[in-house]
Amino acid sequence: MKKWIDRIARRIFTLSGFVTSVVILLIIGFLFSEAAGLFRQPIVEEGYVLALNKENDVDRLSAEQIKQLFDEDITNWKELGGKDMPVKVFRLEDLDHLYTEEELGAEYEHAGEKIAEQVRQTPGIIAFVPKVLVEGERDIHLVPDHTIPIKDVLLGTEWYPTATPSPIFGILPLLSGTLWVSFFAILIALPFGLAISIYLAEVAPPAVSKVLKPVIELLNGIPSVVYGFFGLAVIVPLLQQTFNLPVGESGLAGSLVLALMALPTIITVSEDAMRNCPRTMREASLALGATHWQTIYKVVVPYSVSGITSGVVLGIGRAVGETMAVLMVTGNAAVIPTSILEPLRTIPATIAAELGEAPAGGAHYQSLFLLGVILFFITLIINSCVEIVSARNKTKR
Amino acid sequence: MNKIEAKNVDFYYGTFHALKGINITIPNNEVVAFIGPSGCGKSTFLRLFNRMNDLIPGARLTGQVLIDGQDIYEKGVDVDVLRRGVGMVFQRPNPFPKSIFENVAYGLRVNGIKDKDFIRQRVEEALTSAALWNEVKDKLKESAYALSGGQQQRLCIARAMAVQPSVLLMDEPASALDPISTAKIEELICELSSQTTIVIVTHSMQQAARVSNKTAFFYLGEMVEYGETKKIFTNPEKEATQNYITGRFG
Ligand SMILES: Nc1ncnc2c1ncn2[C@@H]1O[C@H](COP(=O)(O)OP(=O)(O)OP(=O)(O)O)[C@@H](O)[C@H]1O
Ligand SMILES: [Mg+2]
Repeated sequence: MKKWIDRIARRIFTLSGFVTSVVILLIIGFLFSEAAGLFRQPIVEEGYVLALNKENDVDRLSAEQIKQLFDEDITNWKELGGKDMPVKVFRLEDLDHLYTEEELGAEYEHAGEKIAEQVRQTPGIIAFVPKVLVEGERDIHLVPDHTIPIKDVLLGTEWYPTATPSPIFGILPLLSGTLWVSFFAILIALPFGLAISIYLAEVAPPAVSKVLKPVIELLNGIPSVVYGFFGLAVIVPLLQQTFNLPVGESGLAGSLVLALMALPTIITVSEDAMRNCPRTMREASLALGATHWQTIYKVVVPYSVSGITSGVVLGIGRAVGETMAVLMVTGNAAVIPTSILEPLRTIPATIAAELGEAPAGGAHYQSLFLLGVILFFITLIINSCVEIVSARNKTKR
Repeated sequence: MNKIEAKNVDFYYGTFHALKGINITIPNNEVVAFIGPSGCGKSTFLRLFNRMNDLIPGARLTGQVLIDGQDIYEKGVDVDVLRRGVGMVFQRPNPFPKSIFENVAYGLRVNGIKDKDFIRQRVEEALTSAALWNEVKDKLKESAYALSGGQQQRLCIARAMAVQPSVLLMDEPASALDPISTAKIEELICELSSQTTIVIVTHSMQQAARVSNKTAFFYLGEMVEYGETKKIFTNPEKEATQNYITGRFG
């Protein structure tokens, strides 16, 4: 009987462990395969083509160049290595201005001819039109499409996922936004967190730390919207006033809110670590004539360094992955920040803000999965760093 | 010349009366052993000499403890300076999470000594006097935790000796060690006694008999008997002492 229970219990544990691992692997696999789909997408919106005059020999356009052409930032083909002729942008809507409804036909059946006519007439034209309309037309030059290059995504400095005709998925602004916000959050949270945990573990009278510690732990349970709301109501206007900014929503506001959110974790974990420093270790230091402060920073902190590191990393983990609060206070401008006082945008905030409007299976949708994968790698790197640091510290003991 | 003198010392942990009316004089450069059953207050008394009990909330002392004629509990006494002159070795080896060298140099560094050559020389002297130099001279940069328990304890002695204290307090310094390491520590105590006054708490009668000149027997917070070690072990005055050393209780 006992043996049976034993055996069944073992089965259940093995099974649940197995199922969990498989589910996690499936999730990661799903994330990766969706993300990889982005690099199989054409750069021009699906179902559309770019048509040029036959004389125009420009043969390859990057997403960024297409955007510049259609924004009229590039106004002459020689800028792209082509002939010296002015760029003339043509969209499907333009047909309605050039031709009457009868000419185009009730069902747009003549639209293809008319587009081709325009393309043949205008040497510098670039027409963004549905593929089906112009497929059969001769004497026009359709720009051959290609898939989104990995390099343009990973090193791209612009994020315009909804630009037409060709969205731009450069992740650098989001990546640097995330790193900036997290970095400054840690820069702010670390000294305060360390100071408060030292105070709680070493200086505060027992009565004070008995009250303060549960209060700080309570802060961990506050939902992040509330922090975001607080940031929006207090920190943002404060920053705007003190630094005389046009808008208070900025990277720094995000960092401050994140620091606030990471503090409870950093404090509780490192305080525990310092309390675990053996009493005789402290006494040995004091017995040698060291002061209380010397004992703290020369013995207690080094002894607890791996605990403190894991507290900080758990804090960073929260900062890097945090969405809501950051979304609310950073201003969400997808540009590479040149100063922490500018609006910026982080990876999680982007995913949260854009997933709702990205059609499933499209390039935009897949690009958001790619962002998820990148976030995954950032966390992975941070965690491995911790493993290495604490493993090194263990062997030192 | 008396190194340490306690006059009418009473000590309380909150309401618990841990030491009762203790008087003792410890002469310069002698080894004094504290013996007695567990919980009788030996450690408590020992830790009065470097004011280690200050850290315990609710602890209270009456009476006087004098070192070199100076009341160490008087107002205005600098505790850090006092502790510099009164080294301490604990029951379990407790090296810092630092290298061997830095462990020994610690006392010098926290006391503001910066001269590198001086520190190096002191560290070597201290390790030599703790009979550890030959074993560690090639791995001074390695972590102190890489040493064996006995070596760690000798490192802790070296650490205490590096600041050249005039008193060395040892609370059961060999109780966590094997017989060979214990013998080394005892040898060390005999050698160090030429430089410092040593007070050692021990549960081993043999150890007390081997290393000390004088022995004090504690029982239930009182000092029952204090005298020449030889006399205590061969011809004690009090019956309680007699019972304890013959192993009839405790
Ligand atoms: N921090 C403390 N708070 C309250 N009571 C204490 C404290 N430390 C020791 N005591 C009590 O004081 C008494 C003496 O303790 P002490 O540690 O001095 O004994 P000891 O003689 O060193 O014993 P052992 O041989 O076991 O080390 C014991 O009854 C103990 O319970
Ligand atoms: Mg004791």
